[in-house]
Amino acid sequence: MAFTLYLLLQAALLCVNTITVLHEERFLKNIGWGADQGIGGFGEEPGIKSQLMNLIRSVRTVMRVPLIIINSIAIVLLLLFG
Amino acid sequence: MFDIPVTYSSTYKPTGSKHRARAAPDPPPLFDDTSGAYSSQPGAYPAPGADVAFSVNHLLGDPVANVAMAYGSSIASHGKDMVHKELHRFVSVNKLKYFFAVDTAYVAKKLGLLVFPYTHQNWEVQSSRDVPLPPRQDLNAPDLYIPTMAFITYVLLAGTALGIQKRFSPEVLGLCASTALAWVVMEVLALLLGVYLATVHSDLSTFHLLAYSGYKYVGMILSVLTGLLFGSDGYYVALAWTSSSLMYFIVRSLRTAALAPDNVGGPAPRQRLQLYLTLGAAAFQPLIIYWLTFHLVR
Repeated sequence: MAFTLYLLLQAALLCVNTITVLHEERFLKNIGWGADQGIGGFGEEPGIKSQLMNLIRSVRTVMRVPLIIINSIAIVLLLLFG
Repeated sequence: MFDIPVTYSSTYKPTGSKHRARAAPDPPPLFDDTSGAYSSQPGAYPAPGADVAFSVNHLLGDPVANVAMAYGSSIASHGKDMVHKELHRFVSVNKLKYFFAVDTAYVAKKLGLLVFPYTHQNWEVQSSRDVPLPPRQDLNAPDLYIPTMAFITYVLLAGTALGIQKRFSPEVLGLCASTALAWVVMEVLALLLGVYLATVHSDLSTFHLLAYSGYKYVGMILSVLTGLLFGSDGYYVALAWTSSSLMYFIVRSLRTAALAPDNVGGPAPRQRLQLYLTLGAAAFQPLIIYWLTFHLVR
């Protein structure tokens, strides 16, 4: 499998898009993965599920605006260069 | 720095005329020997650069050119400072320097450890006053020198192997390098994700993970070399040996690095997660070694 670095960047972009489009109210709450449903006690061990929920929420918060820009650039590049 | 050209141009003329006066009784030389005049100077430029230096000196006698050169060098140092500052924002150069503080004895012992880790007893990373010792003084410390050199050697060896099989073209080299680099990046990201999810409270930074995943290049080089020398049977034998020793090495190193600060234990599921992470990282190594090298040895 011949990887170019551009292929890697495209794959990373698609993965981050996937995480960002998971809608908080319509989807995550219905499967119990909402960001405010995971806070158990104030113990030391967050557990893997709450870590995942935190990760999804932080990715969504941080990458919302930059992803718009990066996606636009990727679309333009794809249109120009195939 | 700027007075050397001035003295140079002032002292050039006397020796030049002396040289010309001396040269007259000699048999006509085949070419103008300007090296004699220059080697007698204390701060002389080397002979091949003589002509260029000579013309530059005439230029530097001019004060405007002096000012221009001073301005240019200040711009250059300013640019260098800016580059350093930007670089410091992204990559902590001090932490990176820690990983390259190696010496020959360390490299030799570490390579031996990568090939035969089964007799090594003490896998703990020693630290003095809470600062981990650099690789020069501690055999167990990870370094980035071996992975970098091994990566470059792997790319060159891949080119050689393809050349032996007459399948070489210059683009293949770049393709091989970027493929291997892409797999390393993916593995480091996966390890980072695993470390975050399993909440491993240790001092495993990104560079540590990069070092541990870069050690597989040594195994790859050995497998490809054995495959080239002894055919495809030798390749599989070397692959099996280096995979198992690398798996053992990774499991022992990561268990002491990741679990040592957690000596109290913590809840069982979290420890199990960390164990799965270590085992997963170790099991991934033979797969990637095979994937990246089998097309080189047919």
